[in-house]
This record gives sequence, structure tokens and C-alpha cells, in this order.
Amino acid sequence: MIPESLICLYTISRRETTRIFRIWVQTLVPPVITMTLYFIVFGSFIGSQLSGIKGFEYMAFIAPGLIMMSIITNSYTNTVSSFFSTKFQKNIEEMLVSPTPNWVIVLGFVSGGVIRGLSVGLLVSLVSLIFIRLPLHSFVYTALFAFLTSFVFSLAGMINGIFAQKFDDISIIPTFVITPLTYLGGVFYSISLLPDFWQMISKANPIIYMIDGFRFGFLGIADMRVTTGLGMLLIFAVVLFSINLYLLKKGTGIRT
Amino acid sequence: MDALSIKALKKRYGSGLEALKGITLDVKEGEFFGLLGPNGAGKTTTIGIITSLVTKTEGTIRVFGIDIDEDFSAAKRLIGVVPQEFNFSIFEKVEDIVCQQAGYYGIGRDQAQASCEKYLRQLGLWEKRRTTARELSGGMKRRLMIARGLVHEPELLILDEPTAGVDVELRRGMWDFLEKLNQKGRTIILTTHYLEEAEQLCSRIAIIADGRIIENSTKRELLKKLDRETFVFDVKANNLQIAPLEQVSFTPLDDTTLEVTITKGRSLNLVFEHLGRQGIEVDSLRNKTNRLEEIFMGMVE
Repeated sequence: MIPESLICLYTISRRETTRIFRIWVQTLVPPVITMTLYFIVFGSFIGSQLSGIKGFEYMAFIAPGLIMMSIITNSYTNTVSSFFSTKFQKNIEEMLVSPTPNWVIVLGFVSGGVIRGLSVGLLVSLVSLIFIRLPLHSFVYTALFAFLTSFVFSLAGMINGIFAQKFDDISIIPTFVITPLTYLGGVFYSISLLPDFWQMISKANPIIYMIDGFRFGFLGIADMRVTTGLGMLLIFAVVLFSINLYLLKKGTGIRT
Repeated sequence: MDALSIKALKKRYGSGLEALKGITLDVKEGEFFGLLGPNGAGKTTTIGIITSLVTKTEGTIRVFGIDIDEDFSAAKRLIGVVPQEFNFSIFEKVEDIVCQQAGYYGIGRDQAQASCEKYLRQLGLWEKRRTTARELSGGMKRRLMIARGLVHEPELLILDEPTAGVDVELRRGMWDFLEKLNQKGRTIILTTHYLEEAEQLCSRIAIIADGRIIENSTKRELLKKLDRETFVFDVKANNLQIAPLEQVSFTPLDDTTLEVTITKGRSLNLVFEHLGRQGIEVDSLRNKTNRLEEIFMGMVE
């Protein structure tokens, strides 16, 4: 006998996955095209003019960062837009009137973010193989960082979706917070190349630990301690999950 | 047992608006209950609270004896709701919408599909199961929401204006469907603007106005309160200037149609004779189906 909450979770997750693949032209294709352009422009054209970083070709150095960048953006975007549109079309009420527990609603939407984040991550990784032979130092670290980062950003996207009241509200955080932090998060450079002051500032950016850890999984090199990144991700996951639960229980944006 | 028992229910919104000012209401198991009231009276707020979409300020609600404050999940399993506004994703397919709803109630895929097929067939939507919701007509969308509300086989079905914007033929079909559901033992609560609908379907009727219940009795008792009856006459006449008649009022609707309102107890024969004397011949007549409407207007005005 399958527990009812698992059936609820499967239902939401299946619905989210169906949505991602139904609108694949919006969800899967654009990040692959964008990242291919990054590989061509920064990796091939510019990268070939640069000396490597920490013993790796520039292209190999930026590839994990670019993959992680697409995982972050797509996980976040998926939950924020899916939750907001569910709210906008009022079909969130389908879940609210049912006995589906709040933790299942959160995990259900987050599973959609993770599925999209990791699918895009996988596609971008495959694209990168056209340009470079990417080593895989540790599958476990690569998978752990990819999964946890995707999970954390899906949770963050859901919080944004809960508060969003109009379509503009779903793009503010990605544009003004996530994109800058990702660009400054060591995708294109090692922070060890920065002056001490900027290194210190950079270390306040959580995304830097995620990219650094993910890159360690591929290349076996890291600027920071990888376990610090893992610990941070776990703390973020617990805190953001709890905030989501609290907001759903309180009914913010969904109950009057 | 009461299918639904509401005691002293109040709702005050953050804006200070008091939508419900202490509603007490019992709906017996197996009843077809009508909740009537003008727009903004509190019908949808009440349903919202029962289904957890609106949080109550005060009061208690029991669904088949289960207090929603103690075990809302158990209460929710017994309730099916068909809201007033469309609230499904217009991009999803009909069968997905219905099957997913079963999934939210923890019903496994096979059973969900069987139940989905049953209700889509009964509601004439089976052929449309692979159609996305946005391609459905208004009437089909309403029926889709009914199928969705029933897919987990609730004991209590709450419909908030289910026939709004539905054409006459389809509305009759929906009435038949709901009557059969009720005859099979389901308790049904219906809010409607069509008083004819309440008169046709409901055995008990409550009227809510300005956040309060102002009437709650059986349909029979309610109709007894009516002291007038209105008929529509199709007539042949050169002139519809009619001399007055005590306790009867005549309103010409056009050259050949006359609306006649008679105080209860007055004989129709008197009216025919009165009209005959003025050269007006009555070809046919029908009862104007607005008996409840008259009571309703008298109460809420």
C-alpha cells in the first residue's frame, strides 16, 4: 500500500514534469542555446587566447561554472513561474481544498525545479563535450553539489512565487540578485586571482561555494573547502524549506 | 447526523470588512440544501471557509461530526467543491485535471482513472478527455469542475453557482445529474442566483444577506409565505387598457401578453370574467416561475 502523501507528491511532481516537457521550447531549449554561445564566445574565441587557470584550459575551467549557472537559473525560474502561474490561474486551490499536506506541496513544486535544473544541467554538460573533454574527478561531489544547489534554488524560487503578486515580481530577484551573484560567483575566474579585499567580499557570496564545489567534482581543484559549501547548502535547504512551510501554513498569498 | 454544522461563524477581513456576522447553519445528511443571497452576501466566503481557502475569524464548523479545527484533512476528504470561478489550468488536458485532483486526495492512479472515466462519461465529457481545458465551451468547463469535485467520491458536494452562464438545455441536464446524485445519498449544498433552480432542486433553503442568515426553512414552508402568485396570459385584444380589479394587478408586457398578479385565495375565474367583459380573450396562460424570487426580493430588499 503506497502512503497517501507519496501519491500526492507523485501527482504534483508528475504535473510539474509534464509542464516542463510540454513547454520544452521555453524551458529546455533557451538555456542550451545561451550556454552554447558562452562556450563558443568565452571558451573557444576568447579562451584560446588566454593561459589556463590552475593547470586547466580556460574552457575546462569555466565549463562547470556555466553548467552550474544554468542549474541555478533554471531551478529558480521553474518554481517561481510554475507556482505563480498556479496561483494566477487559481488552480492552486485544487491542492488547497484537498488533504495534501503543505510539506508535500513544497516538495512537489521543488521536485519540478530540481528536474528542470538537472535536465538543463545535463543538456549543457553534453553540449560542453562538443567543445572540450571534461574530466570527472568525483561523481559523488558533482552529483551532490548539482542536486543540493538545484534543491536550494528551487526552494528560493518557491518563496518568490508565494510572494509574487504580478508577473513582474517573478523576474526581479533573478535579474537583480541571482544573475549578478552568479557572474561574480567565480564562473569565469578563480577568486584566488583577486586582490585580498575582493576575495574577502567574494566569500560572502554563497554562490561562489556552490560553483567551487561543483568544479571540484569535475576538475579536483577548489578555492575553498568543499565541505564548507556542502554544509552551507544543507543549512540553506533546511532554512528555506522551513520558510516555505511557514508561509504555506500562514496562507501568505494563497488564502484570505 | 448533520453533514455540515456551522456555529456562530464570523469572518473579518484585514481591511475591516465583516463578511460574515455570525452564521449558524445545519445541513442534514442527504439533504439538497440551497444557499441563496445577493452578490456579496457571504455565500462564497462561507464556502471558502468550509474548504480552507478562507480562514475564519470565529466560530466552529463540523463536517459529518469532524471539527475542521481538529482534523481538517479528514473533513476535507468528505467534501467536494465546485467553485464559482474557473480554477483549473487552461493548458492542461481534461483527464489530467480530473485525475490529478484524485491524486491530491491520495487516490492511486488506477482508481483515479476509473473514477475520472465514470464522471467524465456521466457528464458528457469523455470524448473531450484529451482536449486542453481552454478549448472547452463555458458549459463544458462547468461540467469539468463538477467531475473534478466528485472524483474522490465526497459525501458532501458543495456547488457555488454551478449553472452560471450555462444555456437552458444544459442547465436542465445538470439539474437531472445533481438530482440523481442526491437520490443516491449525497448531500448537496448549492448556491445559485437562479431561484428557479433552487425551487426545482432544493428541499431546504437558507437565505443569507449582509453576512447573516435571514431565513432557513424547508422549501414548502418558504413557499407558504408567498401571498401572491403571478401568471402570464397570452391574450387577444384590441386594447389592453384594463379596468382595475380588487387584489389583482395587470401589467401588459406587449400587445398580446399580460402579466397578472393575484393575491392568494382569489379565484382565477373572476379574472377571466373581468377580462371577458372588456373583450379580452385569454388564449393560454402559464405560471411565472418566480415564486421564490418574489419571497427573496421581499426579504433582502
